[in-house]
Amino acid sequence: MNLADYLPIAIMLLLVIVFAGASIGLGNLLGPRRPTPEKLAPYECGIVPELEPSQRFPVKFYLVAMLFVIFDIEIIFLFAWAVRFRELGWFGLAAVGIFTALVIETLGYVWKRGALDWNIPRRARYRLSHDVADEEAA
Amino acid sequence: MSDWFSEPANWVFLVLALVIAVSAVRVVTSTNVVHSALFLVLALGATAGLFLLLSAEFVAWVLVLVYIGAVIVLFLFGIMITRAPTGPNVEMDHRPRAPAAMAAFLMFIVTAGSGLTAFGDQEITRLGDGTSTELIGEQLLQRFVIPFEVVSFVLLAALIGGITLARRDASPAEEEATEEEVQA
Amino acid sequence: MDGWDVAIVIVKVLVVFALLLAATILLVWIERKVVADMQNRIGPERAGPWGILQTLADGLKLLFKEQIRPNKVEVGMYLLAPVLTLLPAFLIFMVIPIGVPFTVTLGGVERVVSMQGTDLNVGLLYILAMSSLAVYAVVLAGWSSGSKYPLLGGVRATAQAISYEAAMGLALVPVVFYAGSLSISEIVAAQSGTWGGIVPRWNIVPLFLSFVIFFIAIIAETNRAPFDLVEAEQEIVGGFHTEYSGFRFACFFLAEYINMFNMSAIAATLFLGGWNGPTFGLTGFVSWLLPIIYFFIKTFVLIFIFMWVRATLPRFRYDQLMTLGWKRLIPAALLWLVLSAVVVGWRQFGAPWT
Repeated sequence: MNLADYLPIAIMLLLVIVFAGASIGLGNLLGPRRPTPEKLAPYECGIVPELEPSQRFPVKFYLVAMLFVIFDIEIIFLFAWAVRFRELGWFGLAAVGIFTALVIETLGYVWKRGALDWNIPRRARYRLSHDVADEEAA
Repeated sequence: MSDWFSEPANWVFLVLALVIAVSAVRVVTSTNVVHSALFLVLALGATAGLFLLLSAEFVAWVLVLVYIGAVIVLFLFGIMITRAPTGPNVEMDHRPRAPAAMAAFLMFIVTAGSGLTAFGDQEITRLGDGTSTELIGEQLLQRFVIPFEVVSFVLLAALIGGITLARRDASPAEEEATEEEVQA
Repeated sequence: MDGWDVAIVIVKVLVVFALLLAATILLVWIERKVVADMQNRIGPERAGPWGILQTLADGLKLLFKEQIRPNKVEVGMYLLAPVLTLLPAFLIFMVIPIGVPFTVTLGGVERVVSMQGTDLNVGLLYILAMSSLAVYAVVLAGWSSGSKYPLLGGVRATAQAISYEAAMGLALVPVVFYAGSLSISEIVAAQSGTWGGIVPRWNIVPLFLSFVIFFIAIIAETNRAPFDLVEAEQEIVGGFHTEYSGFRFACFFLAEYINMFNMSAIAATLFLGGWNGPTFGLTGFVSWLLPIIYFFIKTFVLIFIFMWVRATLPRFRYDQLMTLGWKRLIPAALLWLVLSAVVVGWRQFGAPWT
């Protein structure tokens, strides 16, 4: 490879920055500016905002991101193997097979521990209050 | 010296190195934790640029995909699940700056020194023909196949650790308590 | 590399830029017309013939609107996010080949000009990396707005994007070992020709399941219905771009449509053979033009499916979205990957015990 391959990407990068900057600047120039206190308040469908948006997010988001890191690494390794699929033969396939089996095992573990279940408490509450049979849980 | 400056790649290196140095300093000095994470993105992006300069395309894009695309997103989620402060946080600023700078400098000496003693002015030769991806794929699944398999164990262990820390499994008694609460 | 080569590169970049903008203008109009038709409405018809200039009119209108900057925002990031959202959208198309190369003589030297921004030999990795960068604009827009709904929309969007990106990456692995390369032009070249003179050698034939997984994942990646929880109007107003107005809002809108075009083009390139198609033994200019036409036909067919899906399916609930991503698509992609690898391996290396 040589760096010239990246010249078009660098030029495009500059072009997009200039385009976005220029058009937003133009919008600032052409558009009116009539701020009112109501207009500048965070939009909450007309209700006066009371709470700061600093509530915590469920830890599940974090677990999903962690799982994603693992899958990203898996994808990278699989790509590196896939470009040499023919040359590496059954040996490569077996090595990658073991690796993939462990990743599947990881997914299975996370699944079983319930980290992939969203909304379960509310569902359970719904079932209890509506006297629905427990079939959904299966 | 004029030779060094006549080579355009060196100019690219200089710019990238400056970006890395400045954003790395901002990572630790910024009082807003989200800004720190974003300066880390900038530093990693410029590092990917350095790998491109070294013709290590695969490594460069892996850095973007895994570190910028996944690990920093994980950091951001980590920030969001604790709290999502939009303003600066005074607690972020630590008093003992001099020892920290000292430690960073020593770290630099160690890494730069070991790099120089290991390679010096030596030319790096390619392992063979083919793109960097193909060479890495071959090395990974032939010479380094054992570490490759070990990595999958490490990943599994990391995730189990993460889940154990993040999720406390409700004991049957606790589950009953929640159900009673719901029924009530 | 002399001045002419640099000129060629600049022209290529400008062509890609103009193409993406033109595609967006066309796409918004097509979508409004198609969805209107499916809902027994007429859709835009006033601006220009059949309302084709509607998008342009909307864009111009947004340019003249006030760009409100609410007082709770985190200024730097708030202003940066609209620019960041456009960057990956425009950059990703640089590696897609839209036709066969042609030769020109410039400065006394014959030069081959490929119909591709640049042919990186890690093209597929570049596409994945760029689409993972798209997350930042959304999360930053949501976080810097200093308002509830954008923050919720931003975090939702990020979790959704990373979940489906994993499925997307896994679905692409079989494509790589079919072609033996990460270079997009080589992946297209590997799909030329036919099986038995009838069935085209496109990846969709042996890898149909990969294509389905990939297509679902790209609908989710582009935050289109039924995966548009990010901007679910009934729950979180406009999602991450609630606090944006004027042309800053237009940037997010533009990026969404460019991404839809990009992703359809990528799916067409990786699974439907890209610019490959019958040339009927023609030569010269026509044989150069036909592949470009094939490429756009394939891309627009996929775009039509995008719109069809949008007009047909109701929005997912968040737990359904996560279940589909992690409990259906990813296990399916992993199993399909193992299965297809073993089948291809068996055919190429013989039985493992020989």
